[in-house]
Amino acid sequence: MRAVNYCKSALLIVSIVALMLTTGTNVYAGGTLRIASMGEPASLDPHKVSGTWAVHIVGDLFLGLTTDDPYSKAVPGAAKSWTISSDGKTYTFNLRKSLWSDGTPVTAGDFVFSFRRILNPETAAEYASVLYIIEGAEQINTGKASPETLKVKAIDDHTLEIKLKGPAPYFIDLLNHQTCYPVPRHVVEKYGNAWSKPEHIVSNGPYKVVLWIPNDHIRLVKNEKFYDAVSVSLDELKFYTQEDRAAVQKRFRAGEIDVATDFASEQINWLRKHLPEETRIAPYMGVYYYAINSAKKPFTDQRIRKALSMAVNREAIVEKVLKTGELAAYSFVPPSISNYPKSAQVQWKDWPYGKKIKEAKKLLKEAGYTKKNPLKFTLRYNTSENHKRIAVAIASMWKAIGVKVELFNSEVKVHYAELKQANFQVARAGWIADYNDAQNFLYLMETRTGPFNYSGYSNPEFDNLMQKAEVTLNPKKRYELMYKAEELAMRDMPVIPIYHYVSKNLVSTRIKGFEDNPEDKHRWRYVSFK
Amino acid sequence: MNRNLRREIVEKIDDSAQVKGRSLWQDARRRLFRNKAAVTSIVILSIITLLAILAPWLSPWAYDEPNWEYDFPGSPNAQYHHWFGTDANGRDLFVRTLYGARVSLMVGMLATAVSLIIGVTYGATAGYIGGRVDNVMMRIVDILYSLPFMFFVILLMVLFGRNIFLIFIALGAVEWLTMARIVRGQTLSIKKKEYIEAAEAVGVKHSVIIRRHIIPNTLGPVIVYMTLTIPEVILTESFLSFLGLGVQEPLTSWGVLISEGAQQMESASWLLIFPAVFLALTLFCFNFIGDGIRDALDPKDR
Amino acid sequence: MFSLLVRRLLSAVPTILIVITIAFFMMRAAPGGPFDKEKLLPPEIEANILRVYNLDKPLYQQYVDYLKNILKGDFGPSYKYRDFTVNDLIASGIRVSFKLGIYAMLVAVTFGVTAGTIAALKQNSRFDYVVMGMAMTGIAIPNFVMAPLLTLIFGIYLSWLPVAGWNNGAFENMLLPVLALALPRVAYIARLTRGSMVEIIHSNFIRTARAKGLREKIVIVRHALKASLLPVVSYLGPATTYVITGSVVIESIFDVPGIGRYFIHGALNRDYPVVMGVVIFFCIIIVTVNLIVDLIYGFLDPKMKVE
Repeated sequence: MRAVNYCKSALLIVSIVALMLTTGTNVYAGGTLRIASMGEPASLDPHKVSGTWAVHIVGDLFLGLTTDDPYSKAVPGAAKSWTISSDGKTYTFNLRKSLWSDGTPVTAGDFVFSFRRILNPETAAEYASVLYIIEGAEQINTGKASPETLKVKAIDDHTLEIKLKGPAPYFIDLLNHQTCYPVPRHVVEKYGNAWSKPEHIVSNGPYKVVLWIPNDHIRLVKNEKFYDAVSVSLDELKFYTQEDRAAVQKRFRAGEIDVATDFASEQINWLRKHLPEETRIAPYMGVYYYAINSAKKPFTDQRIRKALSMAVNREAIVEKVLKTGELAAYSFVPPSISNYPKSAQVQWKDWPYGKKIKEAKKLLKEAGYTKKNPLKFTLRYNTSENHKRIAVAIASMWKAIGVKVELFNSEVKVHYAELKQANFQVARAGWIADYNDAQNFLYLMETRTGPFNYSGYSNPEFDNLMQKAEVTLNPKKRYELMYKAEELAMRDMPVIPIYHYVSKNLVSTRIKGFEDNPEDKHRWRYVSFK
Repeated sequence: MNRNLRREIVEKIDDSAQVKGRSLWQDARRRLFRNKAAVTSIVILSIITLLAILAPWLSPWAYDEPNWEYDFPGSPNAQYHHWFGTDANGRDLFVRTLYGARVSLMVGMLATAVSLIIGVTYGATAGYIGGRVDNVMMRIVDILYSLPFMFFVILLMVLFGRNIFLIFIALGAVEWLTMARIVRGQTLSIKKKEYIEAAEAVGVKHSVIIRRHIIPNTLGPVIVYMTLTIPEVILTESFLSFLGLGVQEPLTSWGVLISEGAQQMESASWLLIFPAVFLALTLFCFNFIGDGIRDALDPKDR
Repeated sequence: MFSLLVRRLLSAVPTILIVITIAFFMMRAAPGGPFDKEKLLPPEIEANILRVYNLDKPLYQQYVDYLKNILKGDFGPSYKYRDFTVNDLIASGIRVSFKLGIYAMLVAVTFGVTAGTIAALKQNSRFDYVVMGMAMTGIAIPNFVMAPLLTLIFGIYLSWLPVAGWNNGAFENMLLPVLALALPRVAYIARLTRGSMVEIIHSNFIRTARAKGLREKIVIVRHALKASLLPVVSYLGPATTYVITGSVVIESIFDVPGIGRYFIHGALNRDYPVVMGVVIFFCIIIVTVNLIVDLIYGFLDPKMKVE
């Protein structure tokens, strides 16, 4: 009996507390934003982070020399201003006076320390290669030179100089990438690798960490020491790391979550009908493609690659299978990439589909494949609902031109291990750019890229154009060179671009300041409750 | 007791016991066919099997042919002859459910049979011999329980490639463990019974005791557990498909269909309902047949 | 009983060692490594990482080092969650999994045995058919259907309970995952109990007990139930282990930070130390639970000693 009473009173307390909480949220100005980040971050150490979801979290802990505005454009961050030398290779940054969350000043020395740290092979940073544009970086990271040789210099506490290997028009954009975030020298030196544990970590961005329960949630609170703390509205951010998209969507519906950073595309009809205002879709700088192993027979024959690409009805895939507003891809570089006004599309893009099919059949016949002697191969994809659906749709399109495809799925690690060893015929791959620049897409088809050039494409002319572009300062000339390179690739078709990604978010109508942008980066400091 | 004594006597007189043995099975079969629930279940299962075999002729649609004119996924529609609707790739769900039956019924029965044979033999042996042998045999079971199944499956694939028989081996190889533990538990209890001690006393061979006395007396729980293993196996198959070992697109199975349907239970309920109903129906049938077989073999509770 | 305990503890050591060895080499033989991913790492970066984690050493050396570290109680770093050690992750997962698993098992045993017993006593009655029909439905509905269905009904349509989230094991957060985890076990246990109860009730020794004039309640509870629980107890070993360690589906749908998710993520990510840590933990649970099961056998049927 007593147990029952106890239960009852506990229940009563729970409901009272729940009542207080629900009525309470309307009252205070800042509030707690609950975000489903759709994955557990690998680390809170910006040098060890990987995965787009982690960047949502780390991006609000640290402030790079530049940072993102709500539209993901680079704006001054820890640096107030900067100058660029006339050869485009030397950048001098003027840092603003700001503090770490423990009150220690942020200095140019912290930045020097950070760049050296991420490039130090001992740090084992996965993304260090993004910084190879800095002079000396590659040699350090490959163990050929000591970290001190890096051409990043503190002129004084508030002036930082960075020298590049060549002019890189995207460098300012790159600086708000997590690899360029500063880490607090005094804390890292004290705790070593454990510095990024919630109990030690110190940050210079708008938020700081207070709690991290693995596979549960991460809690950030407003960093009062942040230089622009007055403009930060939300008091607290809770990141739920649950991956199950269907479950997250239900939590969103139930009001347990304010922002979900992804949803399953098969839900789109339901979402359009029931949550039209909350469903946010925007172009995203990535490409979904099939790599053709063009170093192996029969795919050494350009006609076969072209025929396969022509037979893919991209509009049908985008409109019938995906339905989430993806763009049919006829080029490798997505539209709306900075300094790249128009991508080089395949010539036959606007042909009616019937004509494409005819031409594809003709090409196959020329290559020696007929109904009696059909082209047969295996299409590999990593297990996922969307990859499966696209593979199934494309297989049926290829069947129509007399090609016999066997579908072969495997889990993600096996898939990429096989791709790395070029142990495939045609395989699904995707690429989301590290920074907003066409070079970050096209380099995937350069010979020197090695195994990551999955299709094994090797065209000296293409390589030559890309290398020229790398040392070209004039943005227009640089664009023209890369455009020509892409044109070549789209003629040779070592890859079949299928669609350009979109970002998919569910955003509560209670908040404002969440702007869709091509990098799908959302800094929560600009977001507030209505 | 009487029955067991009778059996023993029969054994002692004529170990081959052919004539008598057959009549025992005939008895059982007659009793099984008198059980209405079991007979109905057999009929339903036969119909499902027949539908699965005849699938290609039952619908104008092929299992791998998208209907580009209709929705992806589309609700049941008579105009296009999509009686169960279409899946997320616009393929006819009716045909796909029937094709799924082929794989799932085969996997369900064969993998369960593998687990039954290994599990019962292993469990009865360990329990009957007991002592150190039992300890070692059961620790082997513990070890197999502990090992990560996923890597076992991946390695099977690496070694033997993709092959439908690997599915039965992979599933049978894990599902027999619980069966072995249950049979061993029953055996430990049965072997202390008087009739076993009597049989031992007259010098009946151990293998004969296990086969003739131990195993028949564990049949109750074994049949119940067997009917529980069938759904387990059918659903686990969808995990194998995830790893790339199970059925591959464009073919499918009930496990795969149901797990896809579960993702859209609200927005496209037909994707879940039709395959789930088929699975549930099949399980009920297996269940009634299982009960029927047990009752037929062991008439004392009727 | 004491000697059984000692013998089992002694045999546990080689058991775990064998599991470690097989699991270690099995995992390494599988294709795909911890750093194979969509964004392929440049070879020099991969080399840096492999060196830092000692993955560039020969395999047998890594194995020996691993055993040495385990003896020191160090299960190594996680390759995926680089801010945590395996010890951290398992420690935080165990508490959650135990709590969830034990509640689920209590629910499953209580309801399963009760329903199974009543169904057996009222064999072929309407109650029997309804309960067994429900049990079959419970078995036919897989957890990846049941769990979302429960959240949809109780979390969204009725809004009685939170859809997901662990919230430090609060009652209202735990209710649905416990239910979803317990339901199929309830069904299994009810079926097993009913099946063996039906047999026992019709057996000679219960007839004798009844003939002796013992009260029906005593006959059922003391004799019939005790004897018919045998297969249920055998099933409890695997079931408890499964419930404590295994339900990734439940954990991911209800966002429960339990050990099952570490295991499957670890396996999919080839996070070798995490998988090894969880495998060892599984093994310990399995050995312990099966020992308990063997002890219960002796209690249910004193004649039936596990020697």
